[in-house]
Amino acid sequence: MKPVTHLRSHTAVLAHENIDTDRIIPARFLTTTERAGLGRYAFNDWRYNADGSANAAFELNKPAARGCEILVAGRNFGCGSSREHAPWALLDFGLRAVLSSEIADIFRNNALKNGLLAVVLSESEHRYLLAHPGIELAIDVAAQTIELPDGGRFSFQLDAFAKHCLLTGVDQLGFLLSQAPQIEHFERLRQEAA
Amino acid sequence: MAARTLFDKLWDAHLVKPQTAATPAVLYIDLHLIHEVTSPQAFAELRTRGLPVRCPERTLATLDHSTPTTPFDDLGQPVYASEEAAAQVGELEKNCAQFGIRLNGWSSEHRGIVHVIGPELGATQPGMTIVCGDSHTSTHGAFGALAFGIGTTEVGHVLATQCLLQQKPKTLAIHVDGALPAGSSAKDLVLHIIGQIGVNGGTGHVIEYRGSAIQALSMEQRMTVCNMAIEAGARAGLIAPDETTYAYLRNKPYAPQGEDWDKAVAYWNTLASDADARYDREVRVDASRVAPTVTYGTHPGMVVALHAPVPTPASLQERRALDYMKVEAGKSLIGMSVDVVFIGSCTNSRLSDLRDAADVLRGRTLDARVRMLVVPGSLAIKREAESEGLDQVFRAAGAEWREPGCSMCIAMNGDLAKPGQLVVSTSNRNFEGRQGPGARTVLASPAVAAASAVAGCIADPQSLLQEQAA
Ligand code: SF4
Repeated sequence: MKPVTHLRSHTAVLAHENIDTDRIIPARFLTTTERAGLGRYAFNDWRYNADGSANAAFELNKPAARGCEILVAGRNFGCGSSREHAPWALLDFGLRAVLSSEIADIFRNNALKNGLLAVVLSESEHRYLLAHPGIELAIDVAAQTIELPDGGRFSFQLDAFAKHCLLTGVDQLGFLLSQAPQIEHFERLRQEAA
Repeated sequence: MAARTLFDKLWDAHLVKPQTAATPAVLYIDLHLIHEVTSPQAFAELRTRGLPVRCPERTLATLDHSTPTTPFDDLGQPVYASEEAAAQVGELEKNCAQFGIRLNGWSSEHRGIVHVIGPELGATQPGMTIVCGDSHTSTHGAFGALAFGIGTTEVGHVLATQCLLQQKPKTLAIHVDGALPAGSSAKDLVLHIIGQIGVNGGTGHVIEYRGSAIQALSMEQRMTVCNMAIEAGARAGLIAPDETTYAYLRNKPYAPQGEDWDKAVAYWNTLASDADARYDREVRVDASRVAPTVTYGTHPGMVVALHAPVPTPASLQERRALDYMKVEAGKSLIGMSVDVVFIGSCTNSRLSDLRDAADVLRGRTLDARVRMLVVPGSLAIKREAESEGLDQVFRAAGAEWREPGCSMCIAMNGDLAKPGQLVVSTSNRNFEGRQGPGARTVLASPAVAAASAVAGCIADPQSLLQEQAA
């Protein structure tokens, strides 16, 4: 994973609540054994019409959304399945951060492990961003802040370990593997107790 | 020691290293279930790093999500929906062979949906930690195991280290007292609960279902209730093990035997939450008020009693959902025209579910417009159902009796509805397009689904069942 420290982009807004993982990437695209190249399926059934043409009415197809790396989504984004294909698809599609007032547990966990910033904001901050699509935000991971064009600033929670991994690009498996002595100790204790 | 909840006990017993300000807890995993869809990239990672699977004996694999449920071809081979699906299965077969993992593959009598075969084999046991790259892993919580879904990166973590990094979740007690009315099922109960607390009502929490109505449920019913904990956003669902649990598990192939069994039961008996244990949140549900319940919208929290009017949309979102579903506020769903009925999925594909559906269908035929798929959760269930003659009831009614698998629950194996079709489904998700692009899903119990197949429109099974009894 590449380190994620700063992010500056204008926002695209998908105000729908409860955008589930089947919306983010429909299950029929999960027969892949790769993690690359899933961006073309991101939001597939919204993005394309039944005949395969682009759905011009879909927010992320609009010219204003081009190149935007920050998605502001309605409450409870990412609910549903545990498929990591969802953050893989969003990253490959070009998104680097998802902001909402509530993000489903497994999705958030999966996203952060892949360097997709999944940030939970307060209701009022969220409402402000929903009402101002397209504004430019500057996210500072170390400071845990989001800077608005008018100089205003939102701060957000991020657990220390996830933050460390984002900032250094370190992956968590390395950390787990370094716990081998403790894991062996745990297994030994259990065996003795049995 | 301070009073602890069932969750606290499970958590504490698996802590390799507690959480600190800088690092999450390291949690040991007793059982890792894997399937073809969410594992290939994890095995690829192991290969890239040259890592072995730490505990192949704690890993159990099955084929379910993308596998066909149609009969084998003349050469005895499965007929896949796509080459990709076949390749994905081939990948799991190769990975299991290379890393020494048990695979309940095509030739196995134990093949089936991952959350159905774990309990059926007795691999799922109280007191365990169980994970799988699948959100409905919460099903196994019915046994008093801490069981939750993980992503593919974490599947790799568990394969390599048998551990996971976890932030401790909060606890939510759902007390369900009173008795379920006759005619209401575990599915109705869990839909009712999700309607009450909302699709995000459990976010960040592990739910413990408690109370007399929960204790009165069979294991199969408890699994239905825990299965859908994730649909309320919860990390996991839990029910304390008791005599019902032990009676189910005794003599299952992987369950402890003889002296080991007695020792295990003695331990399992210590797991229930202490009387004065505290939860972060508590909710009360009156089971006696649970009517047969269905969903009317596009997430599992949009539920309504079968005979009650669909509520007026409270937001633009809900208005859109009603438009998508072609449902009218102020009217009940009864009489709404049905195209497809699906009996299956890890929510409702066990023997008791098939019996419930067969009871309604016996001696009747499907409405001519309806296509009905009955997909048992495992090969074992299929065989038991056939020995009871249930397959004959379904076939005689005009339904398709299929091989086990996830099938139309996730619609990635070729079993799917056409755009605009209405599916009454015993599965767990009614998201837009979940059962095929443009398909509309109404979640229901097996009895309501079967009655709707007979009527050709959403219908109450009660009158059919009464006719039969008369
Ligand atoms: S039946 Fe449905 S919910 Fe259950 S494991 Fe299969 S796809 Fe997932």
